[in-house]
Amino acid sequence: MSRVEEYEYQDAAGQGQQAASEAMSTAEEEELQGEKMLLNMGPSHPATHGVLRLILELDGEVITKATPDVGYLHRGDEKIAENMTYTQFIPYTDRLDYLAPLANNVAYALAVEKLLGVERDLPERCQYIRVICCELARLSSHLLGIGAMAMDVGAMTAFLYTFTDREKIYNLIEALTGARFTTTYTRIGGLSRDMPEGWAEQCRHFLTEVVHNIDELDRLLTRNRIFVDRTREIGTLPKEVAVDYGLTGPNLRASGVEFDLRKAHPYLVYDRLRFDVPIGTVGDCYDRYLVRLEEMRQSVGLIEQCLDQMPGGPINLEDHKITLPPKERVLTSMEELIHQFINVTQGVRAPPGEVYFSAENPKGELGFYIHSLGGGTPNRLKIRAPSFVNLSSLPYLLQGCMVSDVVAILGSLDFVMGECDR
Amino acid sequence: MDLVSTMVKISGVVGVLLLVVAYMVLAERRISAWAQDRMGPNRVGPWGLIQPIADGLKFLLKEDFTPNYVKQPFFWIAPAITIVPALMVFAVLPFGSFLGSQKMVIADLNIGVLYTFGIVSLGVYGIVLAGYAANSKYPFLGGIRSSAQIISYEIAMGMSVVPIFMLIGEPGLLKSLGGEGGAWAKFLAGTEGLNFSRVVAYQAESLFNWLIFKQPLAFLIFLVAAFAETNRLPFDLPEAETELVAGYHTEYSSMKFALFFLAEYANMIAASGLLVTLFLGGWSLPFLGLDDPATSVLGGVLHILIFMAKVFAVMFLFIWVRWTLPRFRYDQLMQLGWKRFVPLALANIVITAFVLWTVAGGQA
Repeated sequence: MSRVEEYEYQDAAGQGQQAASEAMSTAEEEELQGEKMLLNMGPSHPATHGVLRLILELDGEVITKATPDVGYLHRGDEKIAENMTYTQFIPYTDRLDYLAPLANNVAYALAVEKLLGVERDLPERCQYIRVICCELARLSSHLLGIGAMAMDVGAMTAFLYTFTDREKIYNLIEALTGARFTTTYTRIGGLSRDMPEGWAEQCRHFLTEVVHNIDELDRLLTRNRIFVDRTREIGTLPKEVAVDYGLTGPNLRASGVEFDLRKAHPYLVYDRLRFDVPIGTVGDCYDRYLVRLEEMRQSVGLIEQCLDQMPGGPINLEDHKITLPPKERVLTSMEELIHQFINVTQGVRAPPGEVYFSAENPKGELGFYIHSLGGGTPNRLKIRAPSFVNLSSLPYLLQGCMVSDVVAILGSLDFVMGECDR
Repeated sequence: MDLVSTMVKISGVVGVLLLVVAYMVLAERRISAWAQDRMGPNRVGPWGLIQPIADGLKFLLKEDFTPNYVKQPFFWIAPAITIVPALMVFAVLPFGSFLGSQKMVIADLNIGVLYTFGIVSLGVYGIVLAGYAANSKYPFLGGIRSSAQIISYEIAMGMSVVPIFMLIGEPGLLKSLGGEGGAWAKFLAGTEGLNFSRVVAYQAESLFNWLIFKQPLAFLIFLVAAFAETNRLPFDLPEAETELVAGYHTEYSSMKFALFFLAEYANMIAASGLLVTLFLGGWSLPFLGLDDPATSVLGGVLHILIFMAKVFAVMFLFIWVRWTLPRFRYDQLMQLGWKRFVPLALANIVITAFVLWTVAGGQA
């Protein structure tokens, strides 16, 4: 008897045998569907932007199951933090989200300052410069995010356009911090150095250019039929699901949740600046792209406002138990010499206690939880990495997609493995 | 004598073709750089003109690595199967009128268009074999995609040219071109039916006779299908470097990889040559007396140059599109092929037939 006839016979056999026949038919269905293919994507694959590994179970080109495997870039940053002073850990924060090191520096410095109870006492100039840093980092990160997403769906040129602008941002960052990539710009209670002369003008000039280029990107992609076909209704993340997975940042806002830490818990001088928080409606790849595009325009506005309102004055806290005293006074006065010595050898002395501070980073909520027993080093430092949390939604997003959608979804999530694996 | 002249033509065409292929790679890199605000290769020789030679040397000197899990005979033959058909398409294309007494076409087949489609579809075997022989998952997916893609677009492509041959099949084609004894009579001697020379002859009369204007829909379908056939963006799914790493040629290295690479460009030139011959008037220009087959050597050379210039213009379009558009998804591509282009091409045939029937006064 052929298989088809067997099916028909069982269908006709009535309700009593339903369960038995179902059990049989699932087994047979599996046989009919044939073998599924396991495709190992990554950890070194051009679309995984680093070392994400995806284990895809394929039925033809359709994904029936996706398992992300993270940890290939694990360096034990959290443990490393326990073995050094608070200041010494700043360079390690560069290497979290390495596309926005300035924003990580700021978030970490603010977390330690919160532990010390001085985050509200920072000099105004310092706060404004830090906001500029955060927004420059956001611009740089979103430019790369959009460019990489466009490249993943095949539009290579958009990627190179955004890289031209990122080059200019790197030049600005180099002029500001002395380093292009690993900036280590903040210090506990201040900054490593002030804005150089003429930097504000260079920055303004860049902003006028980047606005033009963002518009160009907009024209190239937003209404391109192929790009829209590849991203709309792909990787849709409904509001509730996005909240359940704990997504933050542009990915959460694209799903229609209006949550931005800069508005919800304003830090630095964000409460004095005017900006809109763009939110999406559907939560698909296209929305995530649109949200990032608009956030870049808002960042440009924020930097302009900061440059307009930039006050003079010091950039570091006057309290030299926290910041280093000026060098000439170290060599002439006893008090300052002691401060310098203690700060450098033992670190800023923090009170016992625990504190959590999170900042709205380009990728989402970057949080530092610091548990201190007093003294110059943290007892435990936990990093809440937005990329890690955002990636946790992958099994949900990838189910039922096609292989080509994987790259669009990965691109639209805009993650960085340095941060995810820590 | 005939054999000798044919051999000379073959070596001339293949030589020029390979040279153009090498320089198309350079052109692609320079034009993409131009599109992307970059410099592009400009170090080797003036404007990077020696770059293709450096590239070729590099490919030859690289280790030719064959993974030990591949199916060796297929793995070795696949690159050859890919590049040979790409070079063979030019055998039937008239790339000029006359040079002396020689007609500038290698084999003036009366089934030229059938030959072309037959040869073009052979190219897919190379890709499928490469994907299969590599015995690895990404090339495998690339191979599957490629076979599905090329088969679907071939149908639309084939049907899009049917109206053209309905048009040139009109009686009295030669009469309107000066009748017996003229240059055209010599050019079209012994041709009939699906011959490319006749397509050129039909278009040579006036600019309006160019089939891009008479059959815009067919041109559009053929153009898109040509992109799909040559695996160029937005249809480069078989390679899709961000999805499938390098698709069907992931496991290839050295000169074997270079053959796939060159085949892509040879295919592009072949597709451009077809487009020019079928829709853009071939070697003719409808003014300055360049519309009739050449009687002097200078005229013959001019016609060849015109053909090459037109081919380069189409190639530029190929490159320009590649660096502008994103890539289709597998199912979207199939949908576009089967649900849009095949019905459109069919409708175009019916409409053309109806118009011809009406013009003929309702006579069968």
